Amino acid sequence: MPKILIPTPLRPYTDKLDAVDASGATVGELLADLTRKHSGLKAHLYTDQGKLRSFVNIYVNDEDIRYLQHEQTPVQTGDTISIIPSVAGGAPSVTDVVTGLPQLTNDEIKRYSRHLIMPEVGVDGQRKLKAASILCIGAGGLGSPAAMYLAAAGVGRLGIVDFDVVDFSNLQRQILHGTPDVGRSKLASAKDRLQALNPEVHIDTYETALSSENALQLFEPYDVIVDGTDNFPTRYLVNDACVLLGKPNAYGSIFRFEGQASVFGVKDGPCYRCLYPEPPPPGLVPSCAEGGVLGVLPGIIGVIQATEAIKLVLGVGEPLIGRFLIFDALRMKFRELKLRKDPDCPVCGTHPTVTKLIDYEEFCGVRHAATEPATVNHATEITALELKQRLDRGDKLKIIDVREPNEYQINRIAGSILIPLGDVPRRYHELDPNEALIMQCKSGARSGRAADFLRSVGFTNVLNLKGGILDWIDKVDPSQPKY
Amino acid sequence: MADRLLSLPSSADAAIRAHGEMTYPHECCGALVGRNGHVTSVVGLPNTTEEGPRRRFLVRPSDYREAERKASELGAELLGFYHSHPDHPARPSQYDLDHAWPTFAYVIVSVTGAKAGDLTVWFLNDDRSSFEEGTLHHAEDSHSDSAQAVHRQA
Repeated sequence: MPKILIPTPLRPYTDKLDAVDASGATVGELLADLTRKHSGLKAHLYTDQGKLRSFVNIYVNDEDIRYLQHEQTPVQTGDTISIIPSVAGGAPSVTDVVTGLPQLTNDEIKRYSRHLIMPEVGVDGQRKLKAASILCIGAGGLGSPAAMYLAAAGVGRLGIVDFDVVDFSNLQRQILHGTPDVGRSKLASAKDRLQALNPEVHIDTYETALSSENALQLFEPYDVIVDGTDNFPTRYLVNDACVLLGKPNAYGSIFRFEGQASVFGVKDGPCYRCLYPEPPPPGLVPSCAEGGVLGVLPGIIGVIQATEAIKLVLGVGEPLIGRFLIFDALRMKFRELKLRKDPDCPVCGTHPTVTKLIDYEEFCGVRHAATEPATVNHATEITALELKQRLDRGDKLKIIDVREPNEYQINRIAGSILIPLGDVPRRYHELDPNEALIMQCKSGARSGRAADFLRSVGFTNVLNLKGGILDWIDKVDPSQPKY
Repeated sequence: MADRLLSLPSSADAAIRAHGEMTYPHECCGALVGRNGHVTSVVGLPNTTEEGPRRRFLVRPSDYREAERKASELGAELLGFYHSHPDHPARPSQYDLDHAWPTFAYVIVSVTGAKAGDLTVWFLNDDRSSFEEGTLHHAEDSHSDSAQAVHRQA
């Protein structure tokens, strides 16, 4: 018969014997026989539900049955079965961790009932959500669905940073805002919507541009940061601030039909700089305003960010740490890349060189018009009004529109010629290097690059239309639609 | 249940307190080794909990076995275990109760702000419904194998 070794604390129940014979073909049968013979053992080995207690470890010849077939593990004559205690305990914790958490009201219990009946959330998990605070950077495409689901899920404190005003072009995807909100501040609109969704949530709004001066202070009171930014300087800023503060960053980004998501900034996990140590050259990666984005895409990616934030608060599941998720809406496929923490990472590596927040616009090589005085450089630029005057005067000017054909379809300056930016290096031979050229795009950035290129290949008379067709429509031709 | 006694030499008492202060704000844990209710040695063990050592401790089976080996080397047996309650009173928690073994003595030391305070001993009731506080008898060191704490990192 197999022999069962009895640990010290259980020997009073086996007449002080340290080894007892029992019969059975499996561990389960053997233990059943043991507890039949020595009935006092049962309450200490099994729960009221008849399961082995978590701190009771059963070994068959030095192998934990958790790595064998649990209680179905077969046993043979000559096998030695040992009951080995784990000894566990702690400060008044189950009750105590919980005493630190807010109680749920009866209304909240009703509201969150679908959470409460899941063991992974339950009452304690919902109380963790209520105690949690999450900061959304941006109330735009990603921030909209993320904030709405976080508010609906019962996150106790939700912060939103934004300084923008709702525009018609936002409504195709930024579902926090509605048509009547156009012209309102995004924060006011977001707060109304979220509060209507869930009045239990405390909402903090920060009407400011996130900067190296305010980021650490803004992030400090929050448990998780949800990065819904649409530009590289802010993305690096959010990443670095999260790493410096040790706060998880539920990252997402979108472009056209493709989205990305990951969780950065967690101790021992990689950060955005482990993936991209340097930003792309300015202008290389178009923004959504330049390249467009499928309206539903931020719905998918923003909800992934919210899911990760909630999992981090609950401490359940496998977070998206060290994994980089890429979603392709056209193919409807998710791919996952493994991400490793880079020991040489300038911010989260073993010898970081970035130990405080830096100037991220400089780091990304962008100094935007917003920070420059609104003067015109007459050597390289022309304003919409000047262009109109010169055209009216009968000056011989050739207007080159460097936008994409589908943009050209929406609006155009009469008489302009379409040569998309990407085609300019191939097609500039069609143009006379000495004729007066006006380069034009949507807002003046792409056409500025086209003008620089033409000058570099010997064109002598090239001006960039400042503010692009948007300014042209505002100042000269309001009959045309803007996008 | 009759009042249960645990005799704890002052050096063992001091070792438990020192261990609790050293691991503060985390919980410390270790084994009580001796015979017939007289602790002769304490064996500090690594706290291997994965649930946050500020409020939990776990002695895994391999360390339990090592403590058992140590006890038999000393010609003694395991009498129970000790652990600290950082910033909490020296009273067993529901979690302690849920995970308790019968007959073992559970010594709890309260450590407040890195300073050890109350030290108590508890025994599980036979029906697992509650702990019974035992009486600590602070014996002078009389054995040659007097208290030794082995502090180990997990």
